[in-house]
Amino acid sequence: MSATATTIVNEVPPQAGPRAFLRRLRGGDEIAHLITLIFAAGIILLTSMLVYELWVNSHLSRAKFGWMFFFTKVWDPNFDNFGAAPFIYGTLVTSAVALAIAVPLGLASAIFLSELAPRKVSDVISFLIDLLAAVPSVIYGLLGIFIVVPVMRTTIGPALINTVGNVPYIGALFRGPNYGVGFLTAGIVLAIMVVPFIISVSREVLLTVPREQREAAMALGATRWESTWKVVVPWARTGIMGSVFLALARALGETMAVTMVIGNAPTIAASLLSPGDTIASIIASQFTEATGDLYLSSLIELGLVLFLITFILNGLARILIVTTERGGGRPA
Amino acid sequence: MWSVSEGSHATAAKLAPKVPMNETRSMASEKETPVRFQISDLNFFYGPKQAIFGLNLSIPVNRVTALIGPSGCGKSTFLRTLNRMNEIIRNTRVEGNISLDGQEIHGMDVVNLRRRVGMVFQRPNPFPKSIYENVAYGLRINGYKGRLDDLVESSLHRAALWEEVKDYLHKSAFALSGGQQQRLCIARALAVNPEVLLLDEPCSALDPVTTAKIEELMFHLKDSCTMAIVTHNMQQAARASDFTAFMLDGKLIEHSETSKLFTTPKDPRTEAYITGRFG
Repeated sequence: MSATATTIVNEVPPQAGPRAFLRRLRGGDEIAHLITLIFAAGIILLTSMLVYELWVNSHLSRAKFGWMFFFTKVWDPNFDNFGAAPFIYGTLVTSAVALAIAVPLGLASAIFLSELAPRKVSDVISFLIDLLAAVPSVIYGLLGIFIVVPVMRTTIGPALINTVGNVPYIGALFRGPNYGVGFLTAGIVLAIMVVPFIISVSREVLLTVPREQREAAMALGATRWESTWKVVVPWARTGIMGSVFLALARALGETMAVTMVIGNAPTIAASLLSPGDTIASIIASQFTEATGDLYLSSLIELGLVLFLITFILNGLARILIVTTERGGGRPA
Repeated sequence: MWSVSEGSHATAAKLAPKVPMNETRSMASEKETPVRFQISDLNFFYGPKQAIFGLNLSIPVNRVTALIGPSGCGKSTFLRTLNRMNEIIRNTRVEGNISLDGQEIHGMDVVNLRRRVGMVFQRPNPFPKSIYENVAYGLRINGYKGRLDDLVESSLHRAALWEEVKDYLHKSAFALSGGQQQRLCIARALAVNPEVLLLDEPCSALDPVTTAKIEELMFHLKDSCTMAIVTHNMQQAARASDFTAFMLDGKLIEHSETSKLFTTPKDPRTEAYITGRFG
């Protein structure tokens, strides 16, 4: 955009005085440049203010715990001893569970909708899926409490304990008491919440793959599935990864629904059936009752940590996209 | 699944009943040459709209047959019925018979048919992979287990691209120029050793020099491959083809040896088209 503006300035010889400036403003381009620049700068300002506030208000906690805040497993308001480890663990585990469920589900649905379903059916279903993406998270929390939690407690939980629970190594993920609430339940509810994002974005991306690509594969004797899986999906890879990162960002920061089904206990446990807490859920559930200054400051530092995690994971995502892009060599 | 022996290209040349070269230009007429595709009473419909009306045509072995006609006359549609490519478009219907070497294509396994009848498209459409992987793609999906390197090299040779890309085989196909990409697409189609190559306006996105290269390439490919080319460019049809079919509004108007069709057209509509009065 700035390049366009520069060209125009070069074409019209600069004239002195405010008159000339006003005349140039009337041209429209300069105004558009200025306004969009201001708004774009506003975003950066907003983000830096956010970080600044979190940084300043977490001063007490940072001063007292230092880097140990990240590794301390205790969260004890009575003795003013706070650590972020259980919540970082909970955030990462629930998001990982959510993606492990949502990515295959979402990608398969997107492929069906874009490649196999009749166009009209696909459009109607996509509309409904876009609606799902707009449902408030507290509603998903209710869905979790009334449906997922009871089913986990009575059916899925015991079934997992009795089957996969006996397998060496991965069995550790499904042992111990089963309350119905916990990491796995939160992960499932998160998966339900993020799957519409994956389907919706991936479908759009798959639909933009040029017809020539599909035809080229089929003309070589590829079956419909071969052309889809080996040509169409790789072509759309970047966009599909984008949808997954969008889902990840949502899963990391999701607050309400997770708070309602995770069991709210600051624990680090190997078992996915164990109750836990995420950064967002602990802030939501304890912020109003945080009495001491250090207590409050520690919660705010947790916010800073969540910001950091999101920032790092998004950065890694960018790097991943850039490197696979280079390997594939698709024109930008 | 099929498999190719090491000397596969030689096998193809043997399979295709070869016509002695001295016969080709002057003496060969449509009747004497063995027929690869025999099309009879072909009708084609997009939903309720009919695009091809009662078309009869034979495509002779190891010759280039050009399809000319104004935009929308159904020539691309016709070409795409030959490898049943129209089937991937919804709501289409074919009537009539198309036989490939005496065998009705609609009774064949479509994957096998498309392996035997390769296709090159209007715009170069390489896959977002390396040059090597593009050529090897058809071999891989068809379960070819032999040495890919040799076939990739020979296919690139046949497409007259080897000398230009031999040092960059593992670079992205998108680094090539448009004309090189189109020759890469030809090499990709040739790798599975098809008996027929369908070319759907292969030069419409290319400059004259590159176009000349592709025409020359077609001339050399005639030894081992039957070709059908759709073109908007009448000079191209005149230069590169042995037989020409003129289509108008979904009907075949005239079909004869290229030299005859362009010098002494029988139908006044053909004459009007080739002299540039419409289309």
